[in-house]
Amino acid sequence: MTDTTDVTGATAPRRSPLHDEHVALGATLTPFAGWEMPLRYTGDLAEHLAVRTAAGLFDLSHMGEIEVDGPQAAAALDYALVGNLTALAVGRARYTMICDEHGGVIDDLVVYRLADERYMIVANASNVGVVVPALLERFAGFDVTLTDASLTTALIAVQGPAAEAIVVSVTEPRDVGAVTALRYYASTNATVSEIPALVARTGYTGEDGFELFVPAELAPALWRDLLLAGAPSGMIAAGLSARDSLRLEAGMPLYGNELDRTTTPYDAGLGRVVRLDKARPDGTPVDFVGRDALAARHGSEPARVLVGLQGLGRRAARHGYPVVGGTADGAPEVGHVTSGAPSPTLGYPVAMAYVTPEVSGVGTELAVDVRGRREPVRVVALPFYRRPDKA
Amino acid sequence: MAQFPENLQYTVEHEWVGGESLVTVGITDTAQDALGDIVYLELPTVGDEVTAGAVIGEIESTKSVSELFSPVTGTVVEVNQTAVDDPALVNSDPYGDGWLIKVDVTDLGPLLTAAEYQAQVGGA
Repeated sequence: MTDTTDVTGATAPRRSPLHDEHVALGATLTPFAGWEMPLRYTGDLAEHLAVRTAAGLFDLSHMGEIEVDGPQAAAALDYALVGNLTALAVGRARYTMICDEHGGVIDDLVVYRLADERYMIVANASNVGVVVPALLERFAGFDVTLTDASLTTALIAVQGPAAEAIVVSVTEPRDVGAVTALRYYASTNATVSEIPALVARTGYTGEDGFELFVPAELAPALWRDLLLAGAPSGMIAAGLSARDSLRLEAGMPLYGNELDRTTTPYDAGLGRVVRLDKARPDGTPVDFVGRDALAARHGSEPARVLVGLQGLGRRAARHGYPVVGGTADGAPEVGHVTSGAPSPTLGYPVAMAYVTPEVSGVGTELAVDVRGRREPVRVVALPFYRRPDKA
Repeated sequence: MAQFPENLQYTVEHEWVGGESLVTVGITDTAQDALGDIVYLELPTVGDEVTAGAVIGEIESTKSVSELFSPVTGTVVEVNQTAVDDPALVNSDPYGDGWLIKVDVTDLGPLLTAAEYQAQVGGA
């Protein structure tokens, strides 16, 4: 992969294939993981609330798409990742991770099984440059081909309770049944706006929604069609700012905040993604990178636990702030905040934090040092927000 | 496009000052735009002594939080309770209904003209 370089030799951020659409909509653009992406269009709150009540349209073309093909694709992924990808049915998707040999998280991923011998991995933009070489190293000896399609693939997400109707309205009639039948974490090929797409019922907002993977050069037409199709339902374009507050309310981890190389999946409360029980049909265990470290970690008391914090005051805890044992002076530090913001849906500050196990129980009263003043918080169950059941 | 009214003075910390002895203080269009939707204001109370350059409050949006610096030295004589109750006013009308405090000034701090401030923020 090459960065675009300007005449002064400085590295310029990559532009999304939808860049001109964002400019036309008056978006505020921001540098993000080597890309220039929309931070917001109309406003963070309006975009956030549109996703909760109607729908939001997101450009996620910065995300990495890595295709893995070959007779040993399943076996190669079982060795490279912590999940059991052999067991993943064709047409389904799974949230998983790639860990280092110490069990530290290199990235969190969504893996789609597109065919018996074909998978697509979606990686964080900031980590594609690490994930691809790690996979290539781990695939040595397996009969498998890796293709980094990140720069030729656009990803458009439609998220919110109106998402299904909006996506259906741009779907070729013969494919509508397959799209509406999709379960959460499933995907299908479908023609949308006359464009061949992989349509997946996945997302990062806590709402029902779809992610549409399309060839980069065809993405602007789909984006414009979706904007028109969604407008009557109240759908608006939504930027990275809303995406972050939505995922926080939904209790979803963000790499670089809740997850990093010093964190194991168990620390983050995501031990379920680690399949120590992976085995071949004859019962022999499947080895995978990080297995020994994770097996040891699985059996031991955690040093820290990821919890949800509800702010009892108005000032929000933010990434990096210390969590302390209480509002009293001298209360000891018991952890640190990984993500925090005023919750637009709930109307009070929320945060995720790593704390010591003894203060991690739901209902425990703690405090966060918010720029020198201790603000009271209470440990609550994650997620902060769960979408209402379908009527 | 950010606005920079000619009749106001500005600080490098993105506050504006209107008037000379009894001044009105707010944050600039550039500042509110960078913050995003403002959801919480923490302002000084009437009677507080403020010092030019010192932190006197906080402005919080969903995305970030920013300290409010006093552009002047003096005594706070009025606080915009309407904006405290509805911080979105600071986004929609930063130089008008979204003003923050009024100060009886003993000393103006170092202030910039509209053109100087615009040059600072690189706005067009």
